[in-house]
Amino acid sequence: MPAESPVISGRDIIKTYGKGDGQFTALRGVSLDVKAGESIAIIGKSGSGKSTLMHLLALLDKPSTGTVSIDGQDAGRLPGRTLNTLRNKKFGFVFQQFFLNGGASVLENVILPLKIAGVHGRERRRRGLEALRQVELEDKAKNKAKDLSGGQKQRAVIARALINEPQIIFADEPTGNLDSATGAHIENLLFNLNKRHGITLIIVTHDEDLARRCDRQLHIKDGVIDVAPRPRRGVRL
Amino acid sequence: MRLIDIFTTASGNMFRSKLRTTLTIVAIFIGSFTLTLTSGLGTGISSYIDKQVGNLGGKDVLIVQPIGQGPGSDSGPKAYDPAKKTSATAFGTTTTALTDSDITKIKSVSGIRSVEPNFVVVTDYIVGPNGKKYQVSANPYVSGTKVELATGDQVSNDVSERQALLPVDYVPALGFANNEAVVGKSVTLGVTDGNGKQHQITAALKGVQQKGLTNSGGMNTNEALTQEIYRTQSLGLPKAVTNNYQALLAKFDANASPGQITHLKDELKKKGYAAKTIEDQIGTFKAVISGIIAVLNAFAVIALLAASFGIINTLLMSVQERTKEIGLMKAMGMGGGRIFLLFSTEAVLLGFWGSLIGVGVAEVVGRVANHIVTTTFLKDLPGLQLLTFPPISILAIMGLVMGIALLAGTLPATRAARQSPIDSLRYE
Repeated sequence: MPAESPVISGRDIIKTYGKGDGQFTALRGVSLDVKAGESIAIIGKSGSGKSTLMHLLALLDKPSTGTVSIDGQDAGRLPGRTLNTLRNKKFGFVFQQFFLNGGASVLENVILPLKIAGVHGRERRRRGLEALRQVELEDKAKNKAKDLSGGQKQRAVIARALINEPQIIFADEPTGNLDSATGAHIENLLFNLNKRHGITLIIVTHDEDLARRCDRQLHIKDGVIDVAPRPRRGVRL
Repeated sequence: MRLIDIFTTASGNMFRSKLRTTLTIVAIFIGSFTLTLTSGLGTGISSYIDKQVGNLGGKDVLIVQPIGQGPGSDSGPKAYDPAKKTSATAFGTTTTALTDSDITKIKSVSGIRSVEPNFVVVTDYIVGPNGKKYQVSANPYVSGTKVELATGDQVSNDVSERQALLPVDYVPALGFANNEAVVGKSVTLGVTDGNGKQHQITAALKGVQQKGLTNSGGMNTNEALTQEIYRTQSLGLPKAVTNNYQALLAKFDANASPGQITHLKDELKKKGYAAKTIEDQIGTFKAVISGIIAVLNAFAVIALLAASFGIINTLLMSVQERTKEIGLMKAMGMGGGRIFLLFSTEAVLLGFWGSLIGVGVAEVVGRVANHIVTTTFLKDLPGLQLLTFPPISILAIMGLVMGIALLAGTLPATRAARQSPIDSLRYE
């Protein structure tokens, strides 16, 4: 159930890249609140600024002007070390490309966030197998990541995003590289996490069908939130 | 990320591209192998020289000659002075001779305990049990000298018995069964006096001396024997010639500090004498050897520097290849410092393996080379370890190589640490 106060809120976010003539403004003043436990789709065409917005919300980048707050705290005022810890503890990431280390075992790949967090070996292994069980990939734990199929790879990635028991999972085109059947399976997995574990879901996509399954859709067009998109079903504003 | 995880991750990453890593390690291996060999050679030769200096004589002896004489003097040719006496030396050059009055003068210098003449004695032949005569030269023994012995004891200058050490190659020639059979036996030496008449002197053999750089030929004779030979060869010579010495040996306190020794030398210089310790005399030789070793070491270090560019190259390629992975780790909260540490560790590990294999192989090769060299063309120099590898210098070499590797890793590691997670993740 969505809570009262937002976990992430953006205020008047402007993001420009480059300087002088080459300057390019990706976001031109975006404000939004993400409540705990909700699922949000950020949709837009390629180059609309949707990925930039996700990067800013995920604290991977800083806005040129405006603020991003996590649990009411202005992230711009937090030191880099705190931001790293925040991302490590609270966020999970699923990317269109899997970013798995093909030569290492599936388990090794999945426990990477715990390794970064400094969790001990035995604990890492236990939680890694637990996360793999949630995505039904336990039997592949010892296989090399490169030997997995596309769907299995994305499940491994989701296990990796899950392992630190995050509050928020950021998913950038999570089904973009998958066929529709496998894609549907991955979608179910993500929405199950959202429903059963209350993990907030922020999905960047250009897939309208995937977006429709989310609680809320944010259409980004030319760097701003498009307030009058075409009609959609299941909208809750 | 904990340090142990950084270490294991770096170790694992190193062998992701096996061929590239192996080639880099080979480059480091060549450098550290060469450095180990050259420094082993340096240590081996200088410790051998040190041993030989021990052979030459006590550390408490100054060789005193008139200023401007002797090996290593730097004052150029001396003008002839008819008032000064000259004597022939073993080297065949003409020098100003020292006399008994010089002995008295040198004795008066405070700090000098005793002064002995350095007799130049000439023997014609030596004859042993089988009656065959062989040429031999005599070396007056200096008290405190540790002549390398095959068997027996050093001779003593404090006894009236005439003693000598037999060079090892005279053992079979004179008809002795073996080295042990020599000790306690005696030989006869032939000496010609000033009138051309030959005399025979008997000497007791205390031991058998090994060959070395500094005692290659002559048999060591104790003071009693030396003086007897000197007395015999001086028979019939005018008195003015007999008590002339090429050099005097002045003894001082064995515990004297280098400063005190310098002071002694200065005092003697004021009185018109040049004084050198035995170490001074061998110093030039050592300096040349050290110079050669330094140049060889420099070449090895150049090889290592070349290898360090291999490290830079390898790691830069790794950083390039792992751009996305670095981005992912940063997105997952790994700090730049840890990323830097990860790649630095990988560099140091490359250095570690390269240097470990390098010093290991060098040590094996060194032992084999030592064995070959000391049993073939250098077998006449017993006690020579051409290549010596003290653990401390092995550790120093490994430390140096890993240090160079660490420095080489700085550039790629910095590049990795500075990558922005987004750019890295977008990187195609």
